Amino acid sequence: MGKGMEHRAGSVMVVGGGIAGVQAALDLTELGYYVYLVEKAAVVGGVMAQLDKTFPTNDCSL
Amino acid sequence: MLTNADFLALDGKPGDFTAKIRQRPRYIDADSCTACGLCTQYCPKHHVDSYNEGLSITRPIHIDYAQAVPATYYIDPSTCLHLLHDTCQICVPVCQSHAINFKQQPEELELKVGAVILSPGFGKIGEDTLAKFSYGKHPDVVTSFEFERMTTASGPFLGEVKCFSDGRHPKSIAFIQCVGSRDLGCDNGYCSSVCCMYAIKEAMVAKEHDPEVEITVYYMDIRTQGKDFDKAQQRAEAMGIRFIRAKVGAVTPWENRLQLTYSTLDGRHEFDPFDMVVLSVGLESPRDAKGIAEITGIELNEYDFAKSNTFDPLTTNREGIIVAGAFQGPKDIPESVTQASAAAGIVAGLLEKQRGQGIIHKDYPAEKAETDEPRIGVFVCHCGINISSVVDVIKVENSVEDMEGVVYHTDSLYSCSQDAIETLKKTIIEHDLNRVVIAACSPRTHEPLFQETLKDAGLNPCLVEMVNIRDQCSWVHAGEPGAATDKSEDLVRMAVAKARKLKPLPAQTVPVTAKALIVGGGIAGMTVALTLADQGFESVLLEKSKALGGNLGLLNHTLDHSETASHLKALVAKVKKNKKIDVLTNASLEQSAGFIGNFSSVISAGAGKSKKEHTVDHGVVILATGGHEHRPDGYLLEKSSKVLTQQELEKRLAGTSKNRAPDSVIMIQCAGSRGDDLNYCSKVCCNHAVKNALQIKELNPASQVIVLYRDMRTYGYAEDAYREARLKGVVFIPYDLDHKPEIYEKSRKLHVKFFDSLMQEEVDMTPDLVALSVGIVPDGTEDLSKLLKAPLTDDKFFLEAHVKLRPVELPVAGVYVCGLAHGPKPVDETIAQAQAAAAKAAIPLVKGSVSVDPIVSTVDEDTCIGCSLCASLCPFGAIEMIKVGKKRKARTIAASCKACGICASHCPTFAISMGGFTNDQINSQIEAFGKATEKETAEV
Repeated sequence: MGKGMEHRAGSVMVVGGGIAGVQAALDLTELGYYVYLVEKAAVVGGVMAQLDKTFPTNDCSL
Repeated sequence: MLTNADFLALDGKPGDFTAKIRQRPRYIDADSCTACGLCTQYCPKHHVDSYNEGLSITRPIHIDYAQAVPATYYIDPSTCLHLLHDTCQICVPVCQSHAINFKQQPEELELKVGAVILSPGFGKIGEDTLAKFSYGKHPDVVTSFEFERMTTASGPFLGEVKCFSDGRHPKSIAFIQCVGSRDLGCDNGYCSSVCCMYAIKEAMVAKEHDPEVEITVYYMDIRTQGKDFDKAQQRAEAMGIRFIRAKVGAVTPWENRLQLTYSTLDGRHEFDPFDMVVLSVGLESPRDAKGIAEITGIELNEYDFAKSNTFDPLTTNREGIIVAGAFQGPKDIPESVTQASAAAGIVAGLLEKQRGQGIIHKDYPAEKAETDEPRIGVFVCHCGINISSVVDVIKVENSVEDMEGVVYHTDSLYSCSQDAIETLKKTIIEHDLNRVVIAACSPRTHEPLFQETLKDAGLNPCLVEMVNIRDQCSWVHAGEPGAATDKSEDLVRMAVAKARKLKPLPAQTVPVTAKALIVGGGIAGMTVALTLADQGFESVLLEKSKALGGNLGLLNHTLDHSETASHLKALVAKVKKNKKIDVLTNASLEQSAGFIGNFSSVISAGAGKSKKEHTVDHGVVILATGGHEHRPDGYLLEKSSKVLTQQELEKRLAGTSKNRAPDSVIMIQCAGSRGDDLNYCSKVCCNHAVKNALQIKELNPASQVIVLYRDMRTYGYAEDAYREARLKGVVFIPYDLDHKPEIYEKSRKLHVKFFDSLMQEEVDMTPDLVALSVGIVPDGTEDLSKLLKAPLTDDKFFLEAHVKLRPVELPVAGVYVCGLAHGPKPVDETIAQAQAAAAKAAIPLVKGSVSVDPIVSTVDEDTCIGCSLCASLCPFGAIEMIKVGKKRKARTIAASCKACGICASHCPTFAISMGGFTNDQINSQIEAFGKATEKETAEV
């Protein structure tokens, strides 16, 4: 993805690549849209990637 | 995916926006970087690791964590010696794949997009707020974020909790709640909604690491209002974690410890020493909130979060711009995930006409016909030095030389790199391979890539077998290279043995009936129907009563002063007018059979003589069956005309009776909830009580309103209303379970007896009215649970597929849930959840077919004895019993099967086999392992 793909019809921009942004982007692609996920950091994942475990299952967040 | 990217500008109109983005350079070419990590080892400069909340040091050239996406290293220009001082460049020759490129420049991109979703997350509480608790002055005062990294097993301290001051293990830890939340001192009047829950989690994790540690949580109200969250607090208390209702005044250094000063409810001041203090910091609006608002023209609220309203929680004042996640208001993971799906659903409705135009379709060559003779290729990966520094890769590769069926073998520096994948594809075609064994890393991460390559080369994707000689050999046996190499050889030999038996498995697809069945015509069900209709999908909306509306019809206004009746009327009219929605009232679901994409249900609808049965074919089911107020015993409800529920009180206050807001009202919270008849918190009752108390004060300012509560759970912005009620003179008095309020009648007078914890005395009052906050119970979930094989929680709400990450899907494929049927929640959350359920349910409808992973179970009808053990054990309802001739036989519903293997392992006649893991394949693997033992024995 990236260069040369800036003119797609039916595309959506998601600003912020935390859990909300990533989930929205995934759902949109499944619903038939092209998504630009714009994240200011070098990785997506946001704060959730910093969490050790999450309640109640104590699943790993990653 | 554009990382390192700043959002600069937005022009245009809905459906045709132009966004300007600047992408900052990574200085590392993403296509070449193999994430081997050598560059970080050689980089000489230190760099504070912000991923680990500053608890550790990394290098300017690094990756945040091993699982990071994109899995490409990057150079932080703020500390890199070359970028700052034009020196160094050690990393350039170190990188074997020549990925480092200091010539990269920022790039500006213009994106044409139809809609924008804003999900920038949240910001952090300022250090000046934290400084009040000696943060920054004493090293053993840490934030909850730092503590989280500390307790993380893969974190910088490997999960060990240590005092920064001298490295000792703390024997006592205090958590201070509401730091930067519910605090007008830092202009954050709202409750951050998540801190109570994460503090409990962190406390429990710390206690698991060290059972000796004493943990105390200082709180104002414990706000564990989420689904099943109360149970977590109960577990924490059972583990010995103490909870003290107190306001912490100060934290002061005291020798090598910290002294906490706090005041309790009864006005006592106390001091307690601790080794470590954790500040449960709240969620701020994102740091760039104002910038985003300026670029997009959306309005912010007084706290700089996106402004929203109850009935359209995710839309902004700018059409085509939607918000989701913590920027919409402080919230936890499941709610963020829900809102994200909801935002996707709304956007899909806005851009319905452009659907599918942006998607790239990929074509694959036709699959080669199956041949009997296996021609196996073995590819052994060095994984940079990850494998080859321990395992003798060439020895492993050569060990396959004489194995039956192996016609080709080679090694590769990185099997997963772009060029290696191309080579693999060419090799398969050139050498006419029909089975591939890859000895490299984990199939969990890389199998899809190699399966894709097989497809590109015209092979069935199930003909690849992976061997994990990195995790299972070079990593775990790093100290024993010889043994690691032997084990690698064993594993490869076993894989080759299995590969000989591999069979191509057809990718199965099942067509989908593009229609939804929605059970429940309240606000949740109606929202689902409208969101689906916007996306162009038909639905049947089934309502058990004679009219649409549900609980919303029983309310008068919401906490943010939106009037409900007019909104409801407009919504019902919209649903009825919509040609894609077929409304059936007085209706109930009688039967339902089938699976995702292909359900067939029998519905009886209509009252009296017009009652008839309809059969509906549909692809998905959405359960929005709602709930109702609980009617607890023991509170004189129904027995005294002066005792009402909050819903009844709201109706009375909205009426015209002269004395509708009398001079003295007592409200009792958690009447019948949280361990009484109902074992859970109903989330909405505290807000409801505050709303009614404010309404009473509005009508009759002289009225004395007393609210008896356990924890006031006015989370989020509802905290503002709670503060307003206190300012207007509503008295809030907490009670604990040992002093529950009593309600009784004597000489025809209604008495309420309670313990005033502020004055420390027993009080007996005779109010004009008592309002009970009674909690919510779900409607009809048990029958539907049996009908659809959808599991329930202990409290009879539907159990979602994953409480955090799949909050609106049920474990049964094609069945979704929203609203009160999922758990108690207020109107705005119900709407967002309904939009999310509609988005998720639309996915199979958009695709028109569901593809089934080829690894599913199959039943051999000849061997099956029809005992139905498998059908009863299957957690996904994926096995049905059918009649073949006169005999009962089991059959897998491929679309529902998740390939867990429970059926195959329990079948008494071995009639069930799992695609890709047949008994024959596994037996030959085991035999191949045994051959090594023979060889070794022979050598001895």
